[in-house]
Amino acid sequence: MNLRAVFTRLFAHLDGPLVGLLGLLLLLGSLVVLSATGENTAKIASHFLNMSLALGAMLLVSHIPPQRLMQFALPAYALGLVLLLGVALFGIVVNGSRRWLELGVTRIQPSELMRLAVPMMLAWYLHYKQETLRGRDFAIAGLLLMLPVGFIAKQPDLGTSLLITASGFYVLFLGGLSWKVIVGAAAAAGAALPLAWNTLLHDYQRNRVLTLIDPSSDPLGAGYHIIQSTIAVGSGGVSGKGWMAGTQTHLDFLPERSTDFIFAVYSEEFGLIGNLFLLLLYAAIIWRGLVLAAAAPSLFGRLFAGAIVLTFATYAFVNMGMVSGILPVVGVPLPLVSYGGTSMLTVLVGFGIVMSLVTHKRLVKT
Amino acid sequence: MSSLRLINPEVEFLRYRRRMEIAGGVAALLFLALFSRFVWLQIIQYDHYHALAESNRISLVPAPPSRGVVYDRQGLVLAQNFSAYTLEITPDKAGKLADTIDQLARVVNIDAEDRKRFRRLLAESKNFESVPIRNRLTEEEVARFTVNRYRFSGVEVKARLFRQYPFADIFSHVVGYIGRIGQRDLDRLEANEQLANYRGSDYIGKLGIEASYEAWLHGNTGIEKVETDSSGRAVRVLSRTAPVSGHNLYLHLDAKLQQVAEKVFGDYRGALVALDPRNGGVLALVSKPGFDPNLFVDGIDSASWRELNDSPDRPLVNRALRGVYPPGSTIKPFMALAGLEIGVRKPADTISDPGYFVLPGSSHRYRDWKKGGHGMVDLKRSLVISCDTYYYGLAHLMGIERMSGFLAQFGFGKKSGVDLDGELAGLMPTPAWKQKRLKQPWWPGETVIAGIGQGFVLTTPMQLAVATMAIANNGVVYKPQLIRAWRDPVSGQVSYAAPRPLGKIAMSPEHLRLVKEAMVEVTQPGGTASAAGANAPYLLAGKTGTAQVIGIRQGEKYDASRVAARNRDHALFIAFAPADDPKIVVAVLVENGGHGGSTAAPVARKVIDYWLLGKLPTVYAPVEPMAAPPEEEVEDAGPTEEIAPPVVEEGATQ
Repeated sequence: MNLRAVFTRLFAHLDGPLVGLLGLLLLLGSLVVLSATGENTAKIASHFLNMSLALGAMLLVSHIPPQRLMQFALPAYALGLVLLLGVALFGIVVNGSRRWLELGVTRIQPSELMRLAVPMMLAWYLHYKQETLRGRDFAIAGLLLMLPVGFIAKQPDLGTSLLITASGFYVLFLGGLSWKVIVGAAAAAGAALPLAWNTLLHDYQRNRVLTLIDPSSDPLGAGYHIIQSTIAVGSGGVSGKGWMAGTQTHLDFLPERSTDFIFAVYSEEFGLIGNLFLLLLYAAIIWRGLVLAAAAPSLFGRLFAGAIVLTFATYAFVNMGMVSGILPVVGVPLPLVSYGGTSMLTVLVGFGIVMSLVTHKRLVKT
Repeated sequence: MSSLRLINPEVEFLRYRRRMEIAGGVAALLFLALFSRFVWLQIIQYDHYHALAESNRISLVPAPPSRGVVYDRQGLVLAQNFSAYTLEITPDKAGKLADTIDQLARVVNIDAEDRKRFRRLLAESKNFESVPIRNRLTEEEVARFTVNRYRFSGVEVKARLFRQYPFADIFSHVVGYIGRIGQRDLDRLEANEQLANYRGSDYIGKLGIEASYEAWLHGNTGIEKVETDSSGRAVRVLSRTAPVSGHNLYLHLDAKLQQVAEKVFGDYRGALVALDPRNGGVLALVSKPGFDPNLFVDGIDSASWRELNDSPDRPLVNRALRGVYPPGSTIKPFMALAGLEIGVRKPADTISDPGYFVLPGSSHRYRDWKKGGHGMVDLKRSLVISCDTYYYGLAHLMGIERMSGFLAQFGFGKKSGVDLDGELAGLMPTPAWKQKRLKQPWWPGETVIAGIGQGFVLTTPMQLAVATMAIANNGVVYKPQLIRAWRDPVSGQVSYAAPRPLGKIAMSPEHLRLVKEAMVEVTQPGGTASAAGANAPYLLAGKTGTAQVIGIRQGEKYDASRVAARNRDHALFIAFAPADDPKIVVAVLVENGGHGGSTAAPVARKVIDYWLLGKLPTVYAPVEPMAAPPEEEVEDAGPTEEIAPPVVEEGATQ
């Protein structure tokens, strides 16, 4: 077997256009991280290390046949639930939230696992029930969704629980959830909103929403992030201040500028033209992802892959919306741009799964 | 959804496709919403956010000018700047102040007085302004703090300009002092639209030349455009408009003459004003006792303040401008001129002085200072021997209205207009004034005693000097002024202050000659100041005066043992010399000095001796002006400049 054949084999389950687009995004992201960290070489190195590991994981995952994946669905979900229970009982509190579990060597955040495990579980469940799919099955799937979401919301981690809810909802939606239920649930949620506002939300969460409405009400506290990031975006203008030349960024006015608020850095330095390019790049990735998802041979594949791509779209939208001041501040990184290994790993493993689900056609019975 | 559905892969897939299209469509719409938001922020609102980012980034730091230096006529420094290090705390950034100060006290020396001053300044300041805890750090203390600086957030060493008055109390009332800008100063600055120019200035003139020439001395504040990061640290200077230093002022004052005057006063309280009759320049302006203006610069401590404020000697009052005294017999030369000019007396007219004067139809005797009287007295003799009876009668003949009207031409009852603040006008009474103020009619007896400078008549030593100048100059009066010249800080050009003539009092030269001759004879054998005038190698013209002390002023503390001493008469003397070509005019007031001829006249003689002959009195010992602390060259040391740039730590916010 020659080298060419090895590569062919190695990359057999990758989708060229998608990988190309992702690569472009990662490259762009690296440029922004370089600027946002002020050319901090240690951070750049760790960013590239994370990227390599995540790309490796993506490659690896693309080789896992969908059937094997389906076997993982239930155990992964169950493990996630157990860990969430562990967090609720023994978790350590960081910044007022009980999100982490100390495992001696390292500490993990089980909610991260659930980002993929929940849609996988739901997709598997609907796939499993596809012959006789009825309303009750959606109800059970709904429960399977709300159980972990409840735990995560309680930590509290409103952002993650909402995003997991979204990813689960995408599975159900693509799986054919009745419009009546969707509209009914939306109406119920709307009706319950005032109640949830008063009882379920913590003060700091309420503050985040309130500061969105009027950031100047607390310019040095909760509103500071939003005010400064909006200034950064707005002052970028059409063509931006130039790479490495953002004043908001480099004079330290932007908080969390290499992680959740990295879009403000990008926006300040590359302007509206850069933003348009980034939006189009995300749109292309989502487009390609959805095209691939639709081509998946199994229902599990279609549902899971579709949910992964739509969740990716959601992350991108929520992050950019938050940084530009139209959504409340939730801790969501800009996918594949923000500095941080976990997010990159989750997203690229997700895309690895998408590609695996689509490219293993002949191994899957239909 | 309750019914069992037959699964048709075809239908199911179509539905999936439909749902996917919906999801994609929603995503596309949301992205479009994002794009519109970006258009809003980055195109429509661009100017707004650009401005915000710029104001985030750029801060304008005032660069305070260095204050003008004040010199005497010989170029001796009366007020100067020196640069020294201060340790300052910004309360906003410093955490618990008491702890911070305790910690600091272990690094640099901070005594109770420093703490007290800090607390006072703190109460006056805003939280984001830095407040000095220690002034004039030594190099060693600066070094010690710099090593420990990381432990103290919100504490900085700053190089600041301090004001110093090398002659200390000698010029306290003339040169005055600067002090920290208070609320009243701020209000005034705001009213004058000067507030912007004082951004970055901590001090303002409070008294004397420092106050009256504040606008010239202060200079113009420069602006530094600085790029700052979010913690307010300057990253780089973008542009700089240099500050323009204040004008250097050169005064008519002569530091040595002033010291001579100070010395010859001895322990007496009082005031002396010496003018150059040729231009109104103030050669010396003494008010005894004085105080050390250096005490006020950093904010005077309460003990020193109490001592100065409560002292029965009232060192804070500028007696030369704000001390109002009955002129006593020093008014007589002006009365004589009034009588001659108005025409109620001729030079040769004589009176017979029985030792008292009686108003027609009254039995009350207005006594002459000499029991038994002076016998036959003409106008000249009335001045030489200071005959009271002559002037009682003259005043009565003139009447108060004419008398006041004539004397007002010499500046009595009016501010002299000298270039210092706070001058009092004294009083040249009229019946109208009395009716208005006291709601009483004027009594003829009040005219009689006004004729010898008693009763309601009140003058300041400055007014006496100005009036004397009018005689010395044959009627020409100049507004007294301290300023002689100033140096423009930009061009370096020195401009001289023009004399400010107040006009000429119309008087017959014959009358003037007569009065001047009489004033010369005052200092000759037989005159009331003959002792003081003895052996003068120039013609000294003068007039003695003795003013009864009416009472103890309000607010003054009674000290039984001192009342007697303080009820003694004030001694006065006005003089000019040489009488044939006057170069100096002097007015002296010695509080509780007794007779003008014996106490005040010798003071004037010694001052004039020095001025005309360069002769130093035996009591004279020159005051060594304090040297400025040697640390810094004074030029261009911007008070806000930092000693060392802070180290920026990377990654703290990640």
